[in-house]
Amino acid sequence: MSHYESPIRKPLVTGDKSYHDVTLDVVRPVEGKANKSWWVVFSIALIAFLWGLGCIVYTVSEGIGTWGLNKTIGWAWDITNFVWWVGIGHAGTLISAVLLLFRQKWRMAINRSAEAMTIFSVIQAGLFPIIHMGRPWLAYWVLPIPNQFGSLWVNFNSPLLWDVFAISTYLSVSLVFWWTGLLPDFAMIRDRAVKPFQKRIYGILSFGWSGRAKDWQRFEEVSLVLAGLATPLVLSVHTIVSFDFATSVIPGWHTTIFPPYFVAGAVFSGFAMVNTLLIIMRKVSNLENYITIQHIELMNIVIMITGSIVGVAYITELFMAWYSGVEYEQYAFLNRATGPYWWAYMLMMTCNVVSPQFMWFPKLRRSIMFSFFISIVVNIGMWFERFVIIVTSLHRDYMPSAWTMFSPTFVEIGIFVGTIGFFFVLFLLYARTFPVIAQAEVKSILKTSGEKYKKIRAEKGEDANLYDMPEQQPLPNFTEQFNSKSNS
Amino acid sequence: MASKVLHAIFTDDDILMHAVKALREKKYSIDEVFCPFPVHGLDKAMGLPGTRLAITSFLYGLVGLAVSTWMMNFIMIEDWPQDIGGKPSFSYLQNMPAFVPIMFEMTVFFAAHLMVITFYLRSKLWPFKKAENPDVRTTDDKFLMEVSVNENNVQAIAEVLYENGASEIKLIDNK
Repeated sequence: MSHYESPIRKPLVTGDKSYHDVTLDVVRPVEGKANKSWWVVFSIALIAFLWGLGCIVYTVSEGIGTWGLNKTIGWAWDITNFVWWVGIGHAGTLISAVLLLFRQKWRMAINRSAEAMTIFSVIQAGLFPIIHMGRPWLAYWVLPIPNQFGSLWVNFNSPLLWDVFAISTYLSVSLVFWWTGLLPDFAMIRDRAVKPFQKRIYGILSFGWSGRAKDWQRFEEVSLVLAGLATPLVLSVHTIVSFDFATSVIPGWHTTIFPPYFVAGAVFSGFAMVNTLLIIMRKVSNLENYITIQHIELMNIVIMITGSIVGVAYITELFMAWYSGVEYEQYAFLNRATGPYWWAYMLMMTCNVVSPQFMWFPKLRRSIMFSFFISIVVNIGMWFERFVIIVTSLHRDYMPSAWTMFSPTFVEIGIFVGTIGFFFVLFLLYARTFPVIAQAEVKSILKTSGEKYKKIRAEKGEDANLYDMPEQQPLPNFTEQFNSKSNS
Repeated sequence: MASKVLHAIFTDDDILMHAVKALREKKYSIDEVFCPFPVHGLDKAMGLPGTRLAITSFLYGLVGLAVSTWMMNFIMIEDWPQDIGGKPSFSYLQNMPAFVPIMFEMTVFFAAHLMVITFYLRSKLWPFKKAENPDVRTTDDKFLMEVSVNENNVQAIAEVLYENGASEIKLIDNK
């Protein structure tokens, strides 16, 4: 039974869509052939990925001396990229989990892709600490297992180890959340598949999902509990990432505002990336009826709010630096704004604080092109935020004799571009093989939030029947059938 | 003699709900309903008992908390207490603030994964499992209700289903 929804709420599914139409629209990109633009974008992404892979192989074989790091700046692009990618991964779980707990129906058309984005971006993030180790073949040393030197263990007092646990928990929980949600949609493709190979593959992927009432009851419970578990996880992961910095004694890093500031920044950049991807995807996959202007507008509002929180955090940092009376802290912030990296600081401020403020204007936040532009600007700004925090704090610390500058080598640039390529390769493959919209969930809100049903209610009142009785065949004599079948 | 079931197809979730309620009112029990999406209130209307997966998740979380506590106590306090920056690890309690992030992460890790595994096992879902929905349209836009019948009540049940909007009704040998 459909719940009451205020008629002034805008429809979340436009067009006169029936349940079957949703199936057809979702399955079209999977069953159809890839178009030319998909191949063009995929080829570019693949080239970038292969280039990055080459740079990773070069780094691993030659050592991280191939990067532009020096004794003073030991963390530069790698950790910038790591924090940036983890941040991007936040919107996915936020959309799936937090908005599920808040019963926000608008999440349903975008949660699948946002979750996919989370997983793909956390994979990119995970690459950086591993290749930064210098000897990545010993990466298993971060696991709490006794090693060959005797009973030497990992150090649980280290925020870097907390990161290992936080990121791996986040990745694996996001993965099962995503996969469990996919089962009914894989089952839908399986049941429609005509080619035996396709039927077999989606049969395996769907785990034999049959859609029993009991399965759905458990499915909903699992989704809700996973959302409840993932919500604090969203907050914890970037909080712990911020501890990498906040528990140190570098001026500009050891500030108590870091955990909420990092979380807000992560949600901010994550939503920007969701907007970037979905604005393209709705067009390429003809999903304008599901990912509507309303969805984009709501995401823009989240971007505006989190962008403002990030702005407040920047100002708080400046205030605290001044108010602390610590000259090192004061210098660190003065140097950020007016030192040799002033341009990065200004870029960060402009992209992250100024640009989201345009979203106060309804006309701008409902404009597809403008939203797309701002989403790119925000992602650039957030990358520079991480760069500013890391490099400007390190390049002039307590010892002026150690002061230095950093500039990346082609290897670092290559790896970063490579991860962007890898991310898009994964996302493009996903968009061709997976149901990109959680169709089962969209069907469940169709009657409350679909345009077709909203129209019926507007015309015939809230109590109107939202269904047509089917044409029925005359009822056969089942008692006869029962007996004849039993005898046969 | 093999038992028999009626398979009734419905085209809409609201019609399905009316039929479920009508059958239950007449004290007929429904074996199974296959749906393409979660129909809210269907489990209650069918009289399905509530699921206890949330409780198992809580218990698994406690297991995770216990495992992380034991692990860190063993590693950092008992087996190889490290003296880091002149701050040796003497007792778990003193070190606990540093252990909180891992205690939290492992609680969530255990609660989430073991609950999902339990869900898969209880619902009999695994990679090579064959789907059991009798009609492929039930993952698209149709709803299928399965009701056990005998010679005496088959026509009566079929009539209730028919009156409540079933678009197709079939009598099937129950395997």
